[in-house]
Amino acid sequence: MTIEFQFNGKTVRTDAPTDKPLLWVIREDLGATGTKFGCGIAQCGACTIHLDGSPTRSCVLPIAAVAGRSVTTVEGVDSKAAMAIRKAWRELDVVQCGYCQSGQMMSATALLEGNPSPSDDDIDNAMGGNLCRCATYHRIRAAIHQAAEDLSGETA
Amino acid sequence: MSGVTEKKLAAQVSQGLNRRKFLQVSALGGAGFLIGCSESDTAAPSAPSAEAEAVATSPAPVETELNAFVKIQSDDTVTVVVKHLDKGQGVTTGLPAIVAEELDASWSQMRTEFAPADANRYANLAFGVVQGTGGSTSIANSWEQLRLAAAGARAMLVQAAAAQWGVAADTISVADGRLTSGDKSASFGELASAAAEQTPPEQPVLKDRSEFKLLGTNLPRLDSAGKTDGSTEFTIDVQRPGMLMAVVARPPRFGGKVASFDATEALAVPGVARVVEIPRGVAVLADSYFTANKARGMLDIQWNFDEAENRSTAELEADFKAMMDQPGLEARNDGDAEAALASAAQTIEQEFHFPFLAHATMEPMDCVVELGAESCDIWTASQIPTLDVGTTAAITGLDPANIKIHTRFAGGSFGRRAVPDSDFVAEAVMIAKAIDGESPVKLHWSREDDMTAGRYRPMAVHRVRAGLDEDGKISAWHHQVASLSILTGTAFAAMMTSELDPSVVEGTTDLPYAIPNIRVDGYQPQTGVPVLWWRSVGHTHNAYAVEVFFDQVARTMGRDPYELRREMLTDHPRHLAVLNKAAEEAGWGTDLGPGRGRGIAVHESFNSFVAEVIEVTMSESGDLSIDRVVCAVDCGFALTPDVVKAQMEGGIGYGLSSALREAITLTNGEVDQKNFDRYRPLRINEMPKVEVHIVNSGEPPTGVGEPGTPPSAPALANAIADATGRYISRLPIADQLKA
Repeated sequence: MTIEFQFNGKTVRTDAPTDKPLLWVIREDLGATGTKFGCGIAQCGACTIHLDGSPTRSCVLPIAAVAGRSVTTVEGVDSKAAMAIRKAWRELDVVQCGYCQSGQMMSATALLEGNPSPSDDDIDNAMGGNLCRCATYHRIRAAIHQAAEDLSGETA
Repeated sequence: MSGVTEKKLAAQVSQGLNRRKFLQVSALGGAGFLIGCSESDTAAPSAPSAEAEAVATSPAPVETELNAFVKIQSDDTVTVVVKHLDKGQGVTTGLPAIVAEELDASWSQMRTEFAPADANRYANLAFGVVQGTGGSTSIANSWEQLRLAAAGARAMLVQAAAAQWGVAADTISVADGRLTSGDKSASFGELASAAAEQTPPEQPVLKDRSEFKLLGTNLPRLDSAGKTDGSTEFTIDVQRPGMLMAVVARPPRFGGKVASFDATEALAVPGVARVVEIPRGVAVLADSYFTANKARGMLDIQWNFDEAENRSTAELEADFKAMMDQPGLEARNDGDAEAALASAAQTIEQEFHFPFLAHATMEPMDCVVELGAESCDIWTASQIPTLDVGTTAAITGLDPANIKIHTRFAGGSFGRRAVPDSDFVAEAVMIAKAIDGESPVKLHWSREDDMTAGRYRPMAVHRVRAGLDEDGKISAWHHQVASLSILTGTAFAAMMTSELDPSVVEGTTDLPYAIPNIRVDGYQPQTGVPVLWWRSVGHTHNAYAVEVFFDQVARTMGRDPYELRREMLTDHPRHLAVLNKAAEEAGWGTDLGPGRGRGIAVHESFNSFVAEVIEVTMSESGDLSIDRVVCAVDCGFALTPDVVKAQMEGGIGYGLSSALREAITLTNGEVDQKNFDRYRPLRINEMPKVEVHIVNSGEPPTGVGEPGTPPSAPALANAIADATGRYISRLPIADQLKA
């Protein structure tokens, strides 16, 4: 069965088994490896992508559920919020090993797209599903605040 | 100009690196050009990012190798060959910073690539003739080596310019990647090929610290760009033509074996290519990880547990405790602790219990192997690549010279990727061998594999006793540690100078407090559970037992725990300086209000000194909130202060995470925690605010990857005790708060 969906703005088709999780279609079949595997049970958030704009754990989402929908990964995300997040991540040198950061940035971008000035509690709620074993949390929080300020300055 | 002191040179020679020899070795091959090696498979470029690469259309630059560590491209980029693994600790920033400084390059022209496995050129000088990353040694062992390499390269550029322009070398100044003399000026790239023809100086002149422009400042990380656009390549991302994905069904108990298996159902899954038995289990190879993993679940395997570790955690603990009733292996014996305890006016005793811990790196262990008839190529992130070459040679029978390791960025390690028997690398090579190298293989562990395959921070039980004399002073300290040896029976057993593995007792034998009678005994129980160094190794549990028990003794004496530490550390100025700094910045002694507590701990590890003050709030229902951490660190001269701060933040988070909730337990030999649903690391809502203060002692630089971790758990426990009056002696803490 061929499944068609939007991937980073382009139409793609796959004949992958319908129960194959989106993560593996992205990584193995589409060759976009920025989205990472961490746990396979939606506990760590390394595989976070945007599904029709919402942050989603791709490791447990069967490809059949993606038919006709729009998938955005770290390679394709280019909203104003995404750019502000990336800039803040670089300015504050958030990364350490970097493995979880695609997922972190996808969650953070979705947060800012829906909430331009998040509180610490909002950040905890939106980012609580993304583990970082390097414990860069402290800087992730600061970078989200900085990106939010950046965006508000831009629209002011 | 200070140059290099004789003392430092002597130290270097004793570490196996004669400077002249080093430069000769470095210069080998330096005369030739490596053309267009941007595709060099040892290169894992830190920059530019994918975006920048996409717009780069100019012809490949010509690269000139000036020595083993410094290459200059015709487009003016300077590539530093990084002999250490990047696992987030910042070697792709700290090491090039050293080179940029002595070379007088601009930071924006610096790039990095990982060194090939080559113990002759790229050994860790702290380890001997082994290329390795660990023990927080990357900066310390590279400091002089990279300064000499960069100063030598700079001198060659200057000599080339002097010859080209017909001017005296001493008229040439170098700054921001350009050489200038009067009206003559040229970039590094323009001079690189001529520089390679110059003879490397026998004694490169090093800068005085007062002349540093880059070191000591906050340089942006060179790996940020690639790690924020998805382009950085980790092992899991490596693709090879025709590659098969492999997963392995391993015995569910350590030491178990495959008795027999039936792969009929697994082989029937579309996409499954092969099922092969290897010494470590049964491997399934398929065109997709998803398929391989699904088919693995369909294997029908009969296991033999005759020689397996079949005990549960409680049985192991009882065995550990029973040992401590017997004489141990003496690790320190000052004065007569037994006699002092016997005559003490008051004795205080505490037993501590520490579980096994998983490293739980975000990227599970993985390795890509392409095995040919005469050669083997391996893509992985290993902390000891030259050891992996030896292991691979032993498995395949190949000449080590034909085995290449292509180092990739590591998605975390914390010690997990430094395995004396090569572990996952060996496993991948075994699979490649079992299929006669017919396809490239990517071995990919699931989270469950990673969590249950062992190599844990050793479980430990401690018994500590202190005696107070008639004057109320601590007169005796007897510390017994029972924990598993990491080194015994491994390729690193030579690091043991006695039967006692130093990692069992490290951090207890150098107890810095002025106590007249101190005794430390080590015990090494035997289990079938494989153990490994875990971010700060023995210090993880030893610092906890020492610093929590000291705090407990102080309160028993009616003393302020900080004041008593100060009083008893007068002979240890570096401990004292960080202790005082952390206390002062945290506002030690100010009232926190009801339900809140403040704790302090100080510890030396890996030649760096760290003190931390932690503030907590305990709710009436017993819920814990870690509010604030104030950290003071003395790591000698801090080359890249923001990386030092990041490592303290991360090391503290890692320590708090383990203290709070992490534990690996066994039921009849089987690991109970298989994924992040039951092994639950710290999340963002639990991460406290962290303030890091760098105390500059002026000493040579030492490591920061591990030293932030040891004081964090005891400072937390001491803060909880301040709020509740209760010292927690069994980890993880969260289980005790609910108990």
